This record gives sequence, structure tokens and C-alpha cells, in this order.
Amino acid sequence: MTRIEELVKEQAEKHGRKRTSLMPILQAVVSSEHYLSEEAMLAVAKELDLSTADVYGTASFYTFLDTVPRGKFIIRVCKTITCHMKGKDEVIRTIEDILKIKLGDTTTDGKFSLLQANCLGWCHKGPVMLINDEVYPEVSPEKVSEIINQYLKKG
Amino acid sequence: MSKYKVNLKINNIAISVDEGTTILDAARQLNFKIPTLCHHDDLCVAGNCRVCVVEQKGARLLPASCATPVSEGMEIQTNSLKVRQARKHIVELLLSEHNADCTKCFKNGSCELQEMSNDYRIGDHVFLDLVSEKDKVRDISSPSIEKDDSKCIRCQRCVRTCDNLQAVSALAVTHKGNKMRISTFLDKPMNDVVCTNCGQCINRCPTAALTERNYIDEVFDAIYDPNKFVVVQTAPATRVAIGEEFGMEPGSRVTGKMVTALRRLGFDKVLDTDFTADLTIMEEGTELLTRLKEALVDGKDVALPMLTSCSPGWIKFQEHLYPEYLDNLSTCKSPQQMFGPLAKTYYAEKINKSPADMVVVSIMPCTAKKFEAERPEMRGSGYKDVDFVLTTRELGRMIHQAGIDFEKLEDERYDSILGESTGAAVIFGATGGVMEAALRTAYELVTGREVPFTNLNIKPVRGMEGVKEASVKIKDVKPEWSFLEGVELNVAIAHGLSNAKILMDKVKSGEANYHFIEVMACPSGCIGGGGQPIPTNMEIRKKRAAGIYDEDEAMVIRKSHDNPEVAEIYKSFLHEPLGHKSHDLLHTHYTPRKRH
Amino acid sequence: MEKQIKKVDLIFGKVDYADILAKSLKRTRDEIILDVIDSGLRGRGGAGFPTGLKWKFAKNEEADQKYVICNADEGEPGTFKDREILTQVPEKVLAGMALCGYCIGASEGYIYLRGEYNFLLPSLYKQIDAFHKKLKELKFDFNIKICSGSGAYVCGEETALMESMEGRRGEPRNKPPFPTQQGYLGKPTSVNNVETLVFALMIGQEGPTKFKELGTFDSRGSKVFSVSGDTPTPGIYELELGMTLEQFVNEFGDGDTKAVQVGGASGFCVARKDFKSTLIGFEGIPTGGSMMLFNSSRSMFNILNDYLEFFEEESCGQCTPCRVGCQQLLKGIEAVKKGVKPPPYLEELQKLSDTMRIASKCGLGQSVPNPFNSIIKNFREEIIY
Repeated sequence: MTRIEELVKEQAEKHGRKRTSLMPILQAVVSSEHYLSEEAMLAVAKELDLSTADVYGTASFYTFLDTVPRGKFIIRVCKTITCHMKGKDEVIRTIEDILKIKLGDTTTDGKFSLLQANCLGWCHKGPVMLINDEVYPEVSPEKVSEIINQYLKKG
Repeated sequence: MSKYKVNLKINNIAISVDEGTTILDAARQLNFKIPTLCHHDDLCVAGNCRVCVVEQKGARLLPASCATPVSEGMEIQTNSLKVRQARKHIVELLLSEHNADCTKCFKNGSCELQEMSNDYRIGDHVFLDLVSEKDKVRDISSPSIEKDDSKCIRCQRCVRTCDNLQAVSALAVTHKGNKMRISTFLDKPMNDVVCTNCGQCINRCPTAALTERNYIDEVFDAIYDPNKFVVVQTAPATRVAIGEEFGMEPGSRVTGKMVTALRRLGFDKVLDTDFTADLTIMEEGTELLTRLKEALVDGKDVALPMLTSCSPGWIKFQEHLYPEYLDNLSTCKSPQQMFGPLAKTYYAEKINKSPADMVVVSIMPCTAKKFEAERPEMRGSGYKDVDFVLTTRELGRMIHQAGIDFEKLEDERYDSILGESTGAAVIFGATGGVMEAALRTAYELVTGREVPFTNLNIKPVRGMEGVKEASVKIKDVKPEWSFLEGVELNVAIAHGLSNAKILMDKVKSGEANYHFIEVMACPSGCIGGGGQPIPTNMEIRKKRAAGIYDEDEAMVIRKSHDNPEVAEIYKSFLHEPLGHKSHDLLHTHYTPRKRH
Repeated sequence: MEKQIKKVDLIFGKVDYADILAKSLKRTRDEIILDVIDSGLRGRGGAGFPTGLKWKFAKNEEADQKYVICNADEGEPGTFKDREILTQVPEKVLAGMALCGYCIGASEGYIYLRGEYNFLLPSLYKQIDAFHKKLKELKFDFNIKICSGSGAYVCGEETALMESMEGRRGEPRNKPPFPTQQGYLGKPTSVNNVETLVFALMIGQEGPTKFKELGTFDSRGSKVFSVSGDTPTPGIYELELGMTLEQFVNEFGDGDTKAVQVGGASGFCVARKDFKSTLIGFEGIPTGGSMMLFNSSRSMFNILNDYLEFFEEESCGQCTPCRVGCQQLLKGIEAVKKGVKPPPYLEELQKLSDTMRIASKCGLGQSVPNPFNSIIKNFREEIIY
């Protein structure tokens, strides 16, 4: 059994092998692996006795259940109207400069992915971004440099 | 359970219908046709395309008639101005995401979207074209099924077919919003996923997003190649369905016309898969009796129940989903694949042709047969046993292309040899048919008497129930079969792969104790095959089945073992069922495949 | 000077929820439901279905299991009040769920929390543990679990939410059957917004009268507003219903407000000339709480463009009017802006949006015409080339 298969099995045992367990299992895999690999989806399909296409179809519906490789830290900058008005584009440009990647990409060391997200629910404190589950409201180019630099140090 | 009646008005006409009836069905009862796309009589309700919206008095929204049950006092308009505007918009929207290259399309003239567009006289495209050039890529990885996403209108009939009817789910809805599409696991090519090639999705696709791989030109090339000797075989189920391609009633028995048409198309010999269906009974029946003997007399650990192997969709399903039961599958090739190697050995010798110059073409109700013919193990003759497989629909297209007025054709007979068959062979086309044919032969072989059913019609194995079970008590056997004396032979039949799954799970759990199971991948068996004329529904399939059984009753010989050509081939070539030659030419093996 | 908008503190004030529950459990279910009906409380998620009636329908169904679902999939752009409620007074939400459970006869409750709010999980789990202990003391059998979303706006639609909970794509179901008849796992289910549940709890404490006295005939009580955009005081405010938009703008505007988007991306855009005549509430323009203010420096084309991009991506994609309609509206205004299509094409698009309104399967597609038509109507000159 591979590491991923073990992870999936463990989650299936924790949540049960019913269809209602699909989301928590997929979420657990993403939080550990940052995305759903082919291997992971195969393992989930096997554990829950679902078709692989069905697992993929369900996962691909949800923005946070990525099926392409993502970095250890997934940065999601809110792109919806108020954050747009309050300068999310400058924030994104700053991050692009620091990490030397374009929006949608992952750094070559696999550490960061930079994405946009639809409304994150902090319109009174835009621009806002998530790094994994952590929220960073009212970010400015200056603030965001600081935050990213801290993550760079984290290793 | 008695049902409550609900009173409502549709287009100002009062009607009383059973509680739970949809507005769509209630309107049908009044002979109002509401257009539909995502709705299909064989499938669960979706309510997605919204083409069937109607106006309900007092309601703000237009309900989808296919998905909305009637309620007391409801007043419905099916063609009000509001409805017409909405419907027109919806068709325009669908067209805007559809690659409307109609004149070049295989479904030109038989596309439901095209028909609707024509009905609503949608001339100029009002809205922007959303199909980009890069979307116009077809998946032709599979030898059976072609997938063209640029034609897809996302009605999800295929997804529901693959899931509800076939329990395969090779196709799924993926992504959302403007990226939502119908795809496979990780968007892999169709040939790399669990698809069984059954083609049921094709039968239900309203456009040309899913079609069979088309080999018409290749076959015409062979026909017009002076160096090729082209023989054609026709499957049982084609002869009660091909008429539909020419506007005839489903179930019309047009065997003779089909033979004439094939001859006029230029095939050098017109032969019959029914012949090898009879041969299959001899081989498979013997195999079953052998397995029973090994189990009951020799005490061997034999794989039982034995599972039929005529349906290539079922075979691939089994390879993917129940690889641990591959030994239970009969090793017999399907009738199509028995025909191929015999044509290129036995027959070639008889007519003094080199198999290298022979081309074997099959006319099949099936798309999975295309895949089957491509299997590497299907080269028993030393050549590719079956060169091209055409569906019933493709044959219809060829006849149209050649300008043959099908309905007016005289009946002609199949060529001999490999053209003689029995009623037992023709019923292979309907669910339960293989079982019935096998029982007619096996019972008589063992007891020396005909099966104890009136007029040889084994009714318990017939009909459209998803899973059928029957038991036949074997009594007063011939001395050499004494081990079967008093044995109750338990058989089961499933059609449609979701029913096959039900049956296999029963076998797996040990709940069932069958000796012999017939499975056909397609609903209602081959008459409902993925290569049969479109549309399909239960009513149509029942008519085709009736045609099949009429054809059986009209045959002079109705038991496979009475086929004189079968007797002859055993005498002069094969020598005995399950013999050495049979093993080389008529039997095969299976490959475990991944479900996940 | 206009009359001041009344600020209310029903939602965020601390209460002894265990006491409210203990007292409520001594009353009959029908009594409580009648109170909720009498209070005039309507769903605070946006659609505004009378809460008491929903509970009554769910209660009247016979089933071996029923469910309470707290809809915390707050995805409407411009709305962030449920997050704040779950941060500040989670115990009131849990108690509201238990009260609903008691009324409809459910022993299981779920909070469907949007994935964007995952950071709330640790504190919520703690709260739930403490709450379960309290319920044990009260000898009331009710168990709450959390289901996390994973980034899909449409899952805020209650049937899509239940599909998601069942491990499927969040695609809205055909209605009927309604969730109170066949909801989660086919069982009668009451799906209520976070804020609604807290109000129901407060009605449980105070009785219906105090709530009823606030607001207007059709829009009783107060409401938590999420105020954002061009305002010096963005944030969360619980205000009495019944104010006009002019009163609102006087309170929250920056002095240069040219338009307010009421009800989030799926709501209506009101231009300055109509502030006075527009009532915020079910008589006028309803809102799930989102109030986005725009001043004269903003391009309404950009705003509409943003909204439509949002809907194009967040439509579940199953039904034609919404999936293709959203794409056509977005590409359509872009084409008009670029001069590829003539200005009258906007009227064609408005007709299309009317079809989306009446023919889409769920509220998402049905409400895309709200921003579209209201922005085109009020700011046509900003959209055309």
C-alpha cells in the first residue's frame, strides 16, 4: 500500500464508506497533499466503491478540491467586486513579483500556488486573501510582502 | 396500490390523471407534444435542459414539465407566448454552445437539436457563438465510440445511461459553470477508461456528441477492390430493426430484404451470424454440461455458475468490475467471432479463396462488437478474423447512399454455406434467447426429449423484467447423463448492465445458487443494442422482441443441434464440440482490467 | 435631517441560551411554532420564506428521521454577517438549531459551513462540545455536526447544499419535492440561515411581540446588514427593517454614492435618483444583508462585468438558461462595450435575462437578471461603446 492509499483508507475508516463521506475524505486528502492526484482519486473510488469518473466529476465541481498539483501554501486572493475596488490587482502583482510566478501557477519548489477566488466573505476588509485556511484581511502590497516573506522563512 | 386522481387543465382542456404523473405525461395523454431534450423514457428525470417548460397559471416561474408532477386545479399552457419565447431562447442558447456544422454532421437529419431548431425556425444566430476552434477536437481513441464535445449540449442523458442503466459510470459530469462538461476520469481518452463500448449512450444522445466509429468508407473500399472477396454476416437482432432506418415499424421482419440489399451493395457472399449462433449453442451447451459433470461427478472445483460470453459489452464489464469471475465466463467466442475464423479457414477452403484476400464484414446491433473485433486474441485464423464491424445504423446509411429502395426489395435467401440457421439462433437477439436456445438443445441432448414447454417456447426466460430466474428439473435422463438425474438446473438472465451487476452481486454474496447465467449488456438484449436504430424505448424494444419471436416460430428448424450445416461442420471440420479445432478457433480467454 | 435608523442588538447580545431552551422544552412544539409564525420572521438568507411555516411543514411530515440544517454557506458577494455571528455568538446559533430540532422532531443537526470559513472550525467544534454537554443536562437528545463546503457558491441553494452533504456535485434539485418533504437523505429537513436561527431563538426568549413591533408589515424585525464598498464605515450592523435607501445612504454613504447594490451580486442595483423611493425589505428590495455602495468614481460596466464573471463561474452548469445564459450576458456586454455588437443588442440580452428569470432551475439563474437588468436600466450609457 502506498502512502496515499493508506491515507485514503484511514480517512475512509474514520468517516465511513458511505457516499456522504466522499466530501470529508476528499477534503482531508487535499489538506494533506494540497490536491487530488490520480492515485488519490483512484484510491477514494476503490474505498467507497464509486466510479473514478464520478469521484473526479464531484471533485472538479468544487473550487477547493483541486485536481492539478498545487503548492504547500495555496494563496487565494479574493477577486470579487469590493476586493477588486480596493486593489486586489496590486496585491496579486506584488505576490507575482516576490514569488516570480504568474497567477494560476505554482513555484518550481512546490511551495506556493497563487490563485484567485470568488468572494471570501470579507468585503468590509478587502482586499482579502487566504493562505490555506488562514485569512489575511485588509492586505496591501506592503503588508502582503511581509506575510509572504514570513511564509518563505517558514520552509 | 390505487392512485388518487388529480384534475387539471392543459391548454384549457380538462383531464384527470394519476397522482404523481408529470405535466409532460399528462399533456401526452391529451396528444400535446411538449418538446424535450434531456428527458428520455428509459432514464430518470433530470429537468436540466428546460426546453419543456410550460406556463402554469398563477406561478411566477415556468415549471419544467418533465420534472413537475401535476397538482389539483393546475392550469397549464404548453404553447403560450411566454413559453414560446423561453423555449426559443433556450434552443438558441443550446445552439450557441453547439458546433452547428450540420451539413457535415453524421446526425444531419436525425439530430434532435436540429429538428427543434427547425421547428422554432431559428435562422440567424442571435447570440454569440461560444464554440472555439480548439474545442472542436474529437476523441477517436475507441474503436467503438466517437466523442465530440463540441456537439454536446450537456443534457446528461449519456451520463444517466452510463450510470442508471449500465452501472458503469465511465462518463460523468465534471467541473461547473461555463466549464461544465461531460467527461471521463481525468478527461482520459474513451479507450483508456472503464467504458464497455456498449453504445447505449449513443442511442440516447440527442446530437452527434456520441456516435459510433464509422467504417462505411472502408467497407465500400473493400467491396470495390477487385482483389478482395468480401463476405458479410448479419446478427440476429439486425433483421427486426433495420427497417426502422427506412421508416418501417419497429419489429418489422425484413430478413429477406436485408439479404437482397446486401447483395446489391456488392458483397460477394451474404452469410449469417445465426449459423454461428447455433454453433455457439453446441459449444457452450457442451461446455456447461462438461462443467456440471466435472462438478457433480469428478468433484472438481469448477467455476459455476457459468456465464454466457456472447455480449462483448458484458465481457468488458466483467473484466473491469468482476475480474475474479473471469473463469466463470464461457470460453466460447461470441457468434461474430466464431464466424470470422471459420470464414477464413473452413469456408475459404470450401470456396477455394485465400484468407489473405478475404474481408469479413459484420452487421451488428452493437458497438462493442467493433472493439471485440480489434481484440488481439481474435486472430484464430491467422488473420484478423473480422475486418470491419458496422452497426445496423451504418448499414442503413450504406443502403441510403447506394440509392436502394429498401422497402420495395424482394426477399432473397442467405448464401450457403454459413447461411443456414434455426429459430434458436434468431432468438439470441432478445434477452433470454441464448438461455432458451441452450435449454432447447441441452435438455434434449441429456434426456432425448424436447424441452417440456408448449411449442418449444420457454416463456419464463422471456420478457423485459430486468432479472429473470427459472429452474428446470431434469428427469429420466439418458444413461450417459445419469449424474444429472433429478438435478434442478437453476438459471438466471439479466439484460442491461445494472441488472447484471445486481445478479453478480447476488452470486458474489453467495445468496444465489445458479448453474447458468445469461447476460446481455444492453437493455432488452441485442434488439436494444447500442448500434440499433434511434430512437429507442421500451415500446420499440418490445416490438423488436415480438419480431424476433415471430421469426423463430416461422423457422422450419428451431433447435440449434438440428441445423444441418452445423452437423456438417462437425462432421467434416471441427469433429466435436470443445475439440481441438474448436479450441483453436472458437474459444478464447479474458483479460482482467482495472475498475479503478 | 431624516429620522435615524434604529440600531438593534438581538443577534449579538449575550443570552442564557440554556435557560431559553429549558423553558422552550417545557412548551409544546405547536406553541413555539405558532410564536415563530406570529412573529413574522422570514428567512434571513435572502429568499425570505416564513420560518415558522417551514418548521410547521417539516413538523407535519411523518418520518423516522428528520434533520435541521444550518445554512452557513454564506457565499453571496457582499455578505459576511453569518461569519461574524458564528464568531461572536455561535452558542446562539447552536441553540437555535436545537430549538428547531425540538419543534420539527429532529435529533440531528448539521452546520454546512463554507470552506472559506474553515478557520472557524476549531472554535466551533469546541462550542459544539460544550453545547452537547448542556443539552445532556437538559436531557434533550440533539446532536450537531459540521459539514464543510469546498468552494461552490451554488451550494448556498438549499437543495444543492444537501446534494453536497450527500457527497455529490452541488446541483440544485427539482422542486417539488421540497426539503421539508424530502430533504437530506430523502428525509424531512428544515434548512435555515444562521441569522434566522438566532432570531428564532430570540423569539423563543422574548415571545413574538417584541420582534413584531420592529420593522414593517411585510418585513418584521431587524436584520444584520453587511456594509461594504465606498463607505467610511464598512462593517456589520443590525438595523431595524423598514428604512429607505436614502436613510441608509445618509448613514453609511461617503457623500458621493451613485448607486447601491442591494442584496449582493444577485440583488438589485439602485441608482441615486431612486434612493428616496426605495424601501429596504420585502415590500421594496429584499436583501440577505449585503449592501454595496458605489461612488461616482466607479465604472458600472466593470461592476456588472465582475458580477457576470462570478455567475458564469459559479453556475452549477446543469440547466441551459443559467449555464449558457450567464456566458451570453457576459460576452454580450463585452461585445457591446467593444462595439462588436450594436447598443440595441442590450435589449436582446434583457429579453434573454427575462427567460433566465422564469425558466432557470434554481434561484441562481433566476436572479442573475436582477443585477443585469437593473444596471442596464440605470446605467445603460456606461455599458455601451
